[in-house]
Order: sequence, then C-alpha cells, then structure tokens
Amino acid sequence: MTVALSSSEIADRLKNQFPEAITETKKECLIIKGDFLLDIASFLKNTPDLEFNYLSYITCVDYKDYFELVYQLVSTKHNHSLVLKTQCRQPEEPIVDSMVDLWKGADFQEREIYDLMGITFKGHPNLKRIFLWDGFQGHPLRKDNSNDTEN
Amino acid sequence: MTLKTEPFVINLGPVHPSTHGVFRLRATLDGEVVMDIEPIIGYLHRGIEKIAEGRNYKQDIPLTDRLDYVASMSNNLPYVMAVEKLAEIAVPERAEYIRIIMAEMQRIASHLLAVGSLANDLGTFFTPFQYMFREREKIVDLFEMVCGQRLLYNYMRFGGVSHDIPDEFIPALCKLVSTMPGFIDEYDQLLAENEILLARLKGVGILPKELAINSSVSGPMLRASGVEWDIRKVDSYSVYDRFNFDIPTEVIGDCYDRYRVRIQEMRQSVRILEQAIEQLPPGEVLAKVSPRLKPPVGEAYAHIEAPKGELGFYLVSDNSEKPYRLHIRAPSLINLTALREMVIGWKLADAIVIFGSIDICLGEVDR
Repeated sequence: MTVALSSSEIADRLKNQFPEAITETKKECLIIKGDFLLDIASFLKNTPDLEFNYLSYITCVDYKDYFELVYQLVSTKHNHSLVLKTQCRQPEEPIVDSMVDLWKGADFQEREIYDLMGITFKGHPNLKRIFLWDGFQGHPLRKDNSNDTEN
Repeated sequence: MTLKTEPFVINLGPVHPSTHGVFRLRATLDGEVVMDIEPIIGYLHRGIEKIAEGRNYKQDIPLTDRLDYVASMSNNLPYVMAVEKLAEIAVPERAEYIRIIMAEMQRIASHLLAVGSLANDLGTFFTPFQYMFREREKIVDLFEMVCGQRLLYNYMRFGGVSHDIPDEFIPALCKLVSTMPGFIDEYDQLLAENEILLARLKGVGILPKELAINSSVSGPMLRASGVEWDIRKVDSYSVYDRFNFDIPTEVIGDCYDRYRVRIQEMRQSVRILEQAIEQLPPGEVLAKVSPRLKPPVGEAYAHIEAPKGELGFYLVSDNSEKPYRLHIRAPSLINLTALREMVIGWKLADAIVIFGSIDICLGEVDR
C-alpha cells in the first residue's frame, strides 16, 4: 500500500529550512505559502529518504475567497505519498510557480488549470489554452464564471 | 549545386484515421524526419468536470462512462470509490468481486483494441483488428448480459453495482476465460515474431525510465519503461490483495515493449478472472444508500489501475447534493506529455506508430 506520510512529520522537517513557509498542517495534507512552493517541492523531490519523484496530479479548487492548488506527490522508490497544497489569495490575478522544471508531467495539467481556472503559472514554457480556443473569454471552472446558465 | 531545403509544418488530423479520434498533431518536418511536434487537443472537450458540478452525485455516474468510452466499466469504478470514501459507504463483498470481474474484462477488451489499432497504424489494415474485435465482441456480449448496454455501461453504484449478475453469466464467463489464453497465444504468435512488426516497433520511440517517471506517465507505458508500478499492487484497492497475479514489466521502453506489456497483462487479467470466479461469494450486491446522497464536507481522492493508466477522481464536497468540485486525473492526457520527447528525430511514419503505442482515448484526454 502507498503510505500517506504524516504531514506533521514532514512539516517538522521543513520547519528547520523554511521556518515561515507552512500555513497549516492537516491530517491529510500540508498547506504551504505560494512563495515557497518551488523550494519546498524541490526539497521534497531531492531529499534522499523522501524522494518524491512522481507528480501524480495537479488540480485546483475555487473556494470563492481563494484558489487552492492541490499537488499529489508520490515516491515510486519508497511507495509513499503526500498531498501538498497552496492557497492563492489574489482572486484578481492568481499566480503560482510552475512545476514543469521539476516534473515534466506538470506541463499539460498546468495548461489545463490555466485554461479552465485561470491560474497563471510563472515559468511555464508554453502557457496557453489547451482545451478551449484562443479567443475564448473567461474560465469555465471558476465559480463566478459569467458563461454559466441555470441547469 | 546544393538544393535549398527548409523545414515545413503539416497538420495531422483532427480528422485522420491514425489519430484514434479527434486529435491534431502539428508536426514540423525536415524532409521525412520529425523536428518538433505540438499536440493540439480539445476537439472533444465537453466540460465534464463543469457539468458534474451541476448534477447530483448519482447523475454523475453516466458522465464518467463518457471519458474513456472504450473502457466505461473502469471509469465508473474510481468515481464510485471516491464517493464511497467521502460518504463512508461500505460495499458488500460480492459487489467488490463483481466490480473486479468487470474491470478485468474491460482491461482485456481495451488492450485488444489497443493492440489491434497499433497493428492498423503499422499498415496491416484491419486484419489483426478484426480478430481482436472477435474477442472483444464476446466480452461486450457479457457486459450486455449484466447491464443491457454494449458501450456505456453505467453499471456501478455507490455501495455496489446496479444489478446482480444473471445466472447465465458465470458459465459464459468461464467459457471465455478458458478460451482466452489460446486466442492471446494465437495473436502473439501471429504478431510478436512478425518481421515487419519487429522492424517497425523494436527500438522505436524509446521512453527512458527516468523520463517516464518525471513525465508522470502511468499504466502499461510506465511499466514498459521498466518501472514496476501498478496501483492494483502498490496501493491495493477493493479485494485485489486476495488474488495472485504478476505485474509484467519490460526494460527498454520502446514501442515493442509497450506492445509486450499489454499482451502479458491480458494473460494476468485472465488469471485474476479465474480466481475471482472461484472465490465469488453469495450475498447482496448493493448497500442501502440514499438517492439524494449528501456526503459530509471534505475531499477524497480514489484511483485505480485503468487499462490506460492511473485513473483517479478528486472530489470536494460541501455537504450538498452536488459535488463542489470533481477533478479527473486522466491517464490519456498525462501520458501524452511524453510524446514530444519520444517522436523527435523519427520519421513521420514512425511518429504515427509511437503515438499509437501510447494508446489514448480522446474522450478522456479532452473530457
């Protein structure tokens, strides 16, 4: 079984190097500040006994006040996993760092989130719409999307 | 005199037989050699994640059928598992077995189609494909027997499956399971040592192990690159821990290895089916669940080893009848990430084969 690593243990290890990075430690996930996302992800990927070499998926949830980015990290060597989250609290111009340099698998998934949720990924090599056409207005998965009709 | 040459761009698709759906590949070519490609997708985007937010939990089950529409049973499973995790619904044992029987039959059907269409891309126009369809037809007949549908099954429910299997199902399945290994051997003999197939697949489109992991590739593609990673084993769900089966892996990660992994996986699926028939317990197949299900506030992720890779559903509930957010981790889309690295430097005809060896379904890529 893939062991879900305890987020409080990971948080303790992160505290030494990134004392201000952690927002909240929940049972099933670790929420960190967006500014530290890339550094922490790189730490989790490159630390020998953690070695999160596989980014299973990325997704984003619109909680109206903020956007929450969800990263499921897995280590195929140690067979453990961790859910890393970061919250984007500038609803006008949500922006987070791109993970493409660390995990190539982020490429299409970040484009998908950009397309449907309107999050900008800083450092993405080819950030453009993936499903919808270039002239499309708005981002359909946002809760305040103006294209919505009652169903 | 030197001839002036320049790279040129061609569009493959979106409507083209080798693209397995409405997929467009913009390729930059130097003569016949691929210099760069860009996959352009979205032609089948129906906004399933968005539609799901406007319907209640139960109404979303048929939506999942329409993801990988050649493997609907496997799509139902992780969705109902995610809801069951969220709402803490227990599944009767018999239903777990029926689900696994369906999922493994679906894996065989999907791999048959993958191998058949790969042979199509190689130029053996529809001859192997017809044979693969002969066997797939028998599986589809069995699905029709249990749920009345031949393509979009809508069979699984929260807490089980919609109906128990009919009496004639198990004898028919036993017959299928006993004849299937012979057919798989027959196909393998016809294809695996075929000179043209070897020449076109061996060493073509190599995906190294490290790149495969880094690109989040999953399923047969990951295992062909030498990573022993199968959700059924590494994160065992349902009752998979009660069966003996192996995870076929290969070493190089070329098109031939991807073909080999699929053939061997079909054999393993037959093994699982044999054991599941033997162990199938009597009893209920559906737990009592309110039709207007309101899971508690929270989130859940459930994933399975679908024929094409790791298929997962991330659900967020706000304690209403409708999901607040439903995200689908689509293996077909994520496996495509590695395509560019695999095809650069190969001839255009090889690029078609490399693309075919990934085995994607556009319903799942675009969602």
